[in-house]
Amino acid sequence: MRRKIAFKPITLVLFLMTFLSYAKDTNQHGETKKDKKTEIKEYIQHHLQDSYDFSLTSYTKENGEHVYVGFPLPVILWDNGLKVFSSSKLHHGEDVAEVDGNFYKQHHSKLYKVDGPNGKIIEDEDGHAINAKPLDFSITKNVVVIFLVGVLMFFLFRGLAKSYARNGNIAKGAGRFFEPIVLYIRDDIAIPNIGEKKYKKYMPYLLTVFFFIWFINILGLTPLGVNVTNSISVTVALALITFILTNFTGTKDYWKHIFDPLGDSMPWIAKIPLYIILIPIEVLGIFIKPFSLLIRLYANIKAGHIVLMSLIGLMFLFKSWLGSPLSFGLAFAISLIELLVALLQAYIFTMLSALYFGFASETHDHAEEHEGEVQHL
Amino acid sequence: MVGAGLVVIGVGIGIGKIGGSAMEAIARQPESYGKIQTAMLIAAALIEGIGFAALFAV
Repeated sequence: MRRKIAFKPITLVLFLMTFLSYAKDTNQHGETKKDKKTEIKEYIQHHLQDSYDFSLTSYTKENGEHVYVGFPLPVILWDNGLKVFSSSKLHHGEDVAEVDGNFYKQHHSKLYKVDGPNGKIIEDEDGHAINAKPLDFSITKNVVVIFLVGVLMFFLFRGLAKSYARNGNIAKGAGRFFEPIVLYIRDDIAIPNIGEKKYKKYMPYLLTVFFFIWFINILGLTPLGVNVTNSISVTVALALITFILTNFTGTKDYWKHIFDPLGDSMPWIAKIPLYIILIPIEVLGIFIKPFSLLIRLYANIKAGHIVLMSLIGLMFLFKSWLGSPLSFGLAFAISLIELLVALLQAYIFTMLSALYFGFASETHDHAEEHEGEVQHL
Repeated sequence: MVGAGLVVIGVGIGIGKIGGSAMEAIARQPESYGKIQTAMLIAAALIEGIGFAALFAV
């Protein structure tokens, strides 16, 4: 009871604080509204990109010096031999890094080779750099977060498995939270879509991909400023695994469904004109399925981040007592929606993967069962 | 830009119709709530994908 009473004043104070919190303007040298707009836009663009160092925040000192809080990460390049150096040499993209007589400069969050210590990035008409690009295997911020989530998941679920063995198959601690989710994926995603007989083969992947996407999306909403799933290469990799699993575990009937969908229902001569259209569509479908997976995940998370940061950016545009509570309230509401979206995207990715695996593992007797049902009705 | 706006309008109408129909279906058969919700989410996600594709094509 006491806790409830104490809760109300705290909420009230927090709410009132939002009125006070409207951002102090540090550059008041006649900066126009348009400059602010482009600054916010650039900031959002910068946040959405991967980076070579893990910087949590940055600020400008009174003497105009930029200070970054964070730590550098290793840059690994393959450019006629392996080149490894710390990203602190790049000074957050401001300097040219020198390794064994080669010079590298950062341009739009990618590294390019330049001629010398004062080398310039040469751009073509569309603004793309035409400098030579070394093969980049760097441990960037995204890679660090992926490793982190991997290690976290490994120890979490291994610990859970051990605790099940210790406690006689009864969930304890975190297992009480995760057991219903695992069971939900098995009973409501895997079994209905893949079938009772074959679902076990796909369960490890479905569980891994669900928890991986969920954890990484949740991490993206923390102030760490990580944003892994709105880098398209990560979602491409995830969708590629689904694609490979679907097509390499595909049964004879799955391929028959693609290249001979009509079967024995009509003479072969009649099938030819139909198949000229049908087969290309079915073959395209193989690629469109994982493509829609990767675009959906990427675009949802990216759009969420853009909306969230634009709403926070409103605070700097309004510059009145009205702006900050408005922006705070909206950002808070969108954050809650984003929490839901983080889970929903993980769910949908898993669900659709299971659906595709179900297509791939269909067998003929399965189809006959369905036909029997129809005749029965 | 205008095309993307038109696509988003279409996506909005589409997801709205799915949501509305799902509501009606749940009201009619509350016992199959779970199945209807799953089907609704999948259909909505598929449509949403098109909307995002249009937005990012701009």
